[in-house]
Amino acid sequence: MVAAVGSNGSERTRGALGAPVVRKDAGAKILGEARYVDDLVYPGMLHGATVRTRSAGGTIERIEFGPGFDWSSFVVVTAADVPGINATQMIEQDQPVLAGERFRHAGEPVLLLAHPDAGLLREALAAVTLHERPNPSPVFSIDDALALRGEVCPGNVYRDYLMSRGDLATGEAAAEVVFEGRFETGAQEHVYIEPQGMIAQVDAAGVLVVEGSMQCPYYVLGTLTAVTGRDAGSVRVVHCTTGGGFGGKEEYPSHIAAHAALLSLKAGGRPVKLVYDRAEDMLATPKRHPSRTLVRIGARRDGRLAFMDIDFALDGGAYTTLSPVVLSRGVIHAPGPYACADARVRGRAVATNHPPNGAFRGFGAPQSIFAIEQAMDGLARELGITPLELRRINMLRPGDRSVPGQMIDDTTDFDAVVDQALRESDYIARRDACTAFNAASAAAGRPLRRGIGLSTFHHGAGFTGNGEVVLASEARVRADADGRVEVVASSSEMGQGNTTTLCQIVAEALGLPLERVTQARVDTHDVPDSGPTVASRTCMVVGLIVEQAARRLRAELIGKAGLPAAGADEHAFAAACARYLDGHPALEMQARYEPPANVAWDETVFEGSPYASYAWACYVAEVEVDLTTCEVALTAFTAVQEVGRVVNPVIAAGQVEGGVVQGIGFALFEKVVRDAQGAMANNRMTNYIIPTTADIPPVRVFFQEQPGGIGPAGAKGLGELPMDGPGPAIVSALNAALGTRIASVPVLPEDVMAALGTSSAKEAA
Amino acid sequence: MSAGAASAADWHRPSSLAEALAIRSRAGSAVVAIAGCTDLMVGWNAGARRLPPVLDLSALDELAAIEVGPDAVTIGAAASCARIATHPVIAARLGMLAASARQTGSVAIQNRATLGGNIMNASPAADNPPVLLAYGARVTLASVRGSRTVAYEGFHTGYKRTLAEVDELLVSVTVPFPASDASIHYRKVGTRRSQAISKVAMAAVIATTVDGAGRQVRAARFGFASVGPVPLSAPTLSAALMGERLVAVDRDRVEHALATDLSPVDDIRSTAAYRRQVAVNLVMQAIAEAG
Repeated sequence: MVAAVGSNGSERTRGALGAPVVRKDAGAKILGEARYVDDLVYPGMLHGATVRTRSAGGTIERIEFGPGFDWSSFVVVTAADVPGINATQMIEQDQPVLAGERFRHAGEPVLLLAHPDAGLLREALAAVTLHERPNPSPVFSIDDALALRGEVCPGNVYRDYLMSRGDLATGEAAAEVVFEGRFETGAQEHVYIEPQGMIAQVDAAGVLVVEGSMQCPYYVLGTLTAVTGRDAGSVRVVHCTTGGGFGGKEEYPSHIAAHAALLSLKAGGRPVKLVYDRAEDMLATPKRHPSRTLVRIGARRDGRLAFMDIDFALDGGAYTTLSPVVLSRGVIHAPGPYACADARVRGRAVATNHPPNGAFRGFGAPQSIFAIEQAMDGLARELGITPLELRRINMLRPGDRSVPGQMIDDTTDFDAVVDQALRESDYIARRDACTAFNAASAAAGRPLRRGIGLSTFHHGAGFTGNGEVVLASEARVRADADGRVEVVASSSEMGQGNTTTLCQIVAEALGLPLERVTQARVDTHDVPDSGPTVASRTCMVVGLIVEQAARRLRAELIGKAGLPAAGADEHAFAAACARYLDGHPALEMQARYEPPANVAWDETVFEGSPYASYAWACYVAEVEVDLTTCEVALTAFTAVQEVGRVVNPVIAAGQVEGGVVQGIGFALFEKVVRDAQGAMANNRMTNYIIPTTADIPPVRVFFQEQPGGIGPAGAKGLGELPMDGPGPAIVSALNAALGTRIASVPVLPEDVMAALGTSSAKEAA
Repeated sequence: MSAGAASAADWHRPSSLAEALAIRSRAGSAVVAIAGCTDLMVGWNAGARRLPPVLDLSALDELAAIEVGPDAVTIGAAASCARIATHPVIAARLGMLAASARQTGSVAIQNRATLGGNIMNASPAADNPPVLLAYGARVTLASVRGSRTVAYEGFHTGYKRTLAEVDELLVSVTVPFPASDASIHYRKVGTRRSQAISKVAMAAVIATTVDGAGRQVRAARFGFASVGPVPLSAPTLSAALMGERLVAVDRDRVEHALATDLSPVDDIRSTAAYRRQVAVNLVMQAIAEAG
């Protein structure tokens, strides 16, 4: 992949904010020195394993331990061994860490085993049989759940939100052209490179220490204290090098941590390692929520949107998990970046007997954005104008109020983003070239067809609505007598680069070279809760907090240790630190998130400004389809985005490239196949198909850096944005190439063939 | 966690073919013959049990030779896909085999995976069998009782079953060069462009005679993967095309013949309908290109 990185042309010094510095974690990872949880070995360590249900809900009648094993040599834990609350501490407390008599889905953990011999443990695992009385009428689809064909929980709906603006009837009366469609998106697996795992043990001081792979150490701490009945002082959560998360390590690590902890506590505090292999990880952990969206949108003849009526539903699976907040983000993003005075979005998170779905990069937005973008293409078709023209007419511009109710301020220039995307992709010329190519190809009986498509979208950064206010995140910056500085926060590096960007922000604020700043190990006995490492919030929100803490530290040194207010280099800084620490026990300054004035959100009526900052983007995809096999080749991809100040252009481009590739997988490759009990049947890398480099065209990445983000120097959130755009752009390109109306992802060659219809495919081939 | 290791007593690694055949004769199906082990290991890793006793053929250099003869190349069963893919004569004169070896798993897999293993593992989705069927390969089996050479077509007798007797090992594969004027066509349709298992693969060798009215089929031989319980040739289709003018071959005829020859199913990777239609499309494409 080739990334062309835009520059704002300003002078940037090495190490400072905005410079493409090498990542802090690069050396250890390249050399294989980084230690992941499975690399850790302790004396006397046991290995843990999990016995899971096979049916899509039901009751457990009996647990049978087979012959041939000395079961007294195993540590065995069931729900009866939970000393505290048997539930993960998420939005609701409906999900047990170990199922007791009743369970709701296949793959639900029921019993834990531990033994020093991992091979023997593996054989023993197969000798434990759960005798299940299966739920006779499991529910596997959103439609069935809403029609109450079987009941997972009362009413089968976890949340039901309504966001409305203006008056729908007025808008419908004004509409001269209406488009109506149903759109679906599939489940998606995160495929972080490191499967999930934890090690738990009780240290000499009696503290339960749990370390492992995770995004949100304080979430894990919250579940551990509840499950064990211990207080936060006697439980310590330590972050290990984490090989990717993408949202998949937001909530599920709490389960594994609780399991490892329960085994360790029952084993007298001995270390217990519980690390999943890929198959178990894919089977047990949450997926992106499948969605179905019913869209009716109407426009006046001149193309101005008259109304939007959107019914958005997510398959939450068998427990609530994070579905309500995934849903709210999906609802808020459902109208897309378009102005419409009369609009209504209903959103429901639906209960099914699938294993619970959960957080995944984009968090509901890729699902609802896919629907509105395809609907905009459909409406353009009805209007007889191009998808680009319809977007140009309706794009949010300064002075517009979005459907949720946010005033678009004058720092936003969405047209400039779209202009650059059209220019870089040569969109108009390529569109005409595709049309000509297809005509010639069809005339000559050749099997290739080409198409180009675009998506326009925005993504709100940080927690939705009042989430950041409620979180009230806190971080610290400290320095030692040699002038070495540490960022002290719970924000977890998992490959996305936030250790480096946070250090850059602090180095900039203190006027130090980057080498002088590191991030302290994330350990809940040392670092404050800077919030979960999710929601495109770390650089923007936590960056702001550490910047504030760094400024306070500098002011403290200027005020109390004679640090020159200007022109001080690293030596002057170190000298000031030494002077300060001569008279003070520590040099550590704290800061807390202060919400900007313009962000007010009323959760009860879904109205106001749901996000402090939005990033804006236009993505263009080109495809070539071979009608012989219906295989789709992506031939070009252009990603232009406005993300406020870019803190590190290489890391930022990496986020976009990776997000685009994950979006390509979402659109064209990644299909979760379910067995008859709703469990993932293709839970192997062999059969769950993610794209390889051979499937990816050069991804051309461009940044615009308009001011206006609330983060350091105007930075906005970026991590999730690139997940939103590829799906709709690729499907638009595909429909343009083939004249089809494909309305769901993933689109596999089998789906392309079905969309073409047997006769037309035959003819074309 | 990984499966427990086999004990040394259960790991036989002979240094000569004679020794290997003696073990095979003695132990029969109680030992699993392994070479590159690129597929078996995956299954063992996924399973709960300890490894079965193995007959490890990786020390037998005599099974890894690639010998070029006047009419054919004879490839030792333990020759790696990487060596086959890069062998100059195979690349020049058996291009489909070089291509299928290069599409077997990943580069790392190709360095270990062997042609013999790809055949004896007997997966209907194996990458090299379609090409071997289309070229009309022969396979040589050996046991303490002696050796025999049989046509590869017909070698797979049922899902994961072959003509090999329980005491026999596959020792080599002989691939004849196609007629110099024959056209060859190979395409693997996987779940993605690389490191994929076939949803459909087709190899074809089509020999034609030219006269004033165009090209007439003298012989056409096919091999398919993932459209039945075993790698399949297409005898009905071959017979139907015999003597036909390429420009006159109609799609219905091909479709009809393949309905007899192939038996695709819906599975985790694709659908029967897709496989059937793509197989027909690939044959039509091969016929169009041969013309």
